[in-house]
Amino acid sequence: MRRLLEIELQKLWLNKTSKVLIFISFILPFTVIVLSSIKINFFGFFTLELGELGIFNFPVIWHITTFFAAQFKFFFAIVVVSMIGNEFSNKTIKQNLIDGLSKKEFILSKFYTIVFFSFLATLLLALISLFIGLYYSSYDEFNIIIKETDYLLAYFFKLVGFFSFCLFLAMLVKRSAFALAFLFIDFILEWILLGIIAWKSDLAFASKIQNFFPLKSMYNLIEQPFQRIAMTKFPNKEDLSYDFVLHWYELLIVIIWTILFIIFSYRLLKRRDL
Amino acid sequence: MEPILNINNLTKKFGYLTAVSDLSFTIYKGNIYGILGPNGSGKSTTLGIVLNVINKTSGDFSWFGDQTTTHDALKKVGAIIENPNFYPYMSAYDNLKLVCKIKGVQFDKIDEKLKIVGLENRKNSAFKNYSLGMKQRLAIASALLNDPEILILDEPTNGLDPQGIHQIRHLIKDIASQGTTILLASHLLDEVEKVCTHVVVLNKGKNLYSGRVDEMIASHGFFELKTANQKELVDLLEDDTSFGNVSVSDGLIKVLLKTPMEANTFNSQMFERGIILSHLVKRKQSLEEQFLQLTKKE
Repeated sequence: MRRLLEIELQKLWLNKTSKVLIFISFILPFTVIVLSSIKINFFGFFTLELGELGIFNFPVIWHITTFFAAQFKFFFAIVVVSMIGNEFSNKTIKQNLIDGLSKKEFILSKFYTIVFFSFLATLLLALISLFIGLYYSSYDEFNIIIKETDYLLAYFFKLVGFFSFCLFLAMLVKRSAFALAFLFIDFILEWILLGIIAWKSDLAFASKIQNFFPLKSMYNLIEQPFQRIAMTKFPNKEDLSYDFVLHWYELLIVIIWTILFIIFSYRLLKRRDL
Repeated sequence: MEPILNINNLTKKFGYLTAVSDLSFTIYKGNIYGILGPNGSGKSTTLGIVLNVINKTSGDFSWFGDQTTTHDALKKVGAIIENPNFYPYMSAYDNLKLVCKIKGVQFDKIDEKLKIVGLENRKNSAFKNYSLGMKQRLAIASALLNDPEILILDEPTNGLDPQGIHQIRHLIKDIASQGTTILLASHLLDEVEKVCTHVVVLNKGKNLYSGRVDEMIASHGFFELKTANQKELVDLLEDDTSFGNVSVSDGLIKVLLKTPMEANTFNSQMFERGIILSHLVKRKQSLEEQFLQLTKKE
């Protein structure tokens, strides 16, 4: 496992473009989170301090930071599709196999890299959130701090699932740009299917079905936190309440998609003549 | 003799096209093999199959007497097919480092192999800045990293200038002289003739001949003749059963021998019959002529 990870990391690390993209995908979300936690004084007119809103309180901070950090996953998605696309365009995938890497090892080396970076991102996010939370939060009991840390688990699996989807698309079309296009097409397709099913039956049923689609199921892991923030401000408005908790079956759907994407990628490579 | 690669009834179909058809041959340790065939005869496909990048349709092959899986066997093989494929943004050294990681070889081999191919001074330049000849040499260095039992080269001199071709051939001969088995695919007959001891001739995916280069056709050679009374000589040769096909071009008569005959015997025979030869040379057929003859039969 270490050998395969080392192989892939060398390929990524010596490539300037992917190095820059990896840096961006790590630094940008965390900078945004850290900056937003700083008290900003607008030339003495007013001070903006998001911390005052209570969004950096435990346990809601886990929800907020994972949700916003997840929006930046697209940068690393570019790295994932290009690390496959480049292997095809440079024909290095062929040379790798000839040099004695098996097809299974090839896919695994990519997958381990995805898991490695997702884990690193989760770890960094956990640390940053913890520090900001400790600084702002009015509660600092251990039990409250670790409450809802399952959002970190959700964040990790959301990243792994999403990047595995990118990996599969890149293996399918062999070109980075096309893979990203397909990702976008699937995004639209999931909504069109929702529309069609809703038209044939009803919306409630269609939404249930949609929860099994890849992108939607990944989204479900961390629902948007805006309503929840609003709820903390207006606790009486019960019609705002919605299901933002992480359920085990939501996690299971994403894990199953991840496994399927990796198996499909391997099957594709196995059957293909290079 | 120890078999290195054994191919049995291998077939590969791309849709309706049969690229390799029922091919069988065996590669033994210590020889230099040439796979010869015109473009599109299935050379690269055959190599692709045994190197695990193309899926076979039927038949089978085994490496090193079937003791290992293909993927493990490839760690004992060094191969380059078609163009040298490396990561353009990495230096030569880093590219070889990656190959070391894949093959499970120590990094100290890198400098040793770069020296063999004469690239030690350019090892830190990015691969994309290399000339084609240098790329090809780097590919050979890469294939040698694991001190392979067999080196497989597919068209190693394709697209190179004469100096480059000379360098690569020299390199191949050096490597062969150290006892490494070599399998060389080429459509350049001259190359195979100069380098190889054994040859497999393919055409349209079929095996036309496999064996030693010098035994490729049991031929007794041919005479090139010139004389003043050409017609008389041609008639005489055509009537004689010990001679084969007679052809005339630019006043030069070319006659194939069916039985062994020395030039001086022939000369005295002709003299006795009153034909004075002004030109007499006995020649062996080149591999090219033999090859064309073989592929024409199909």
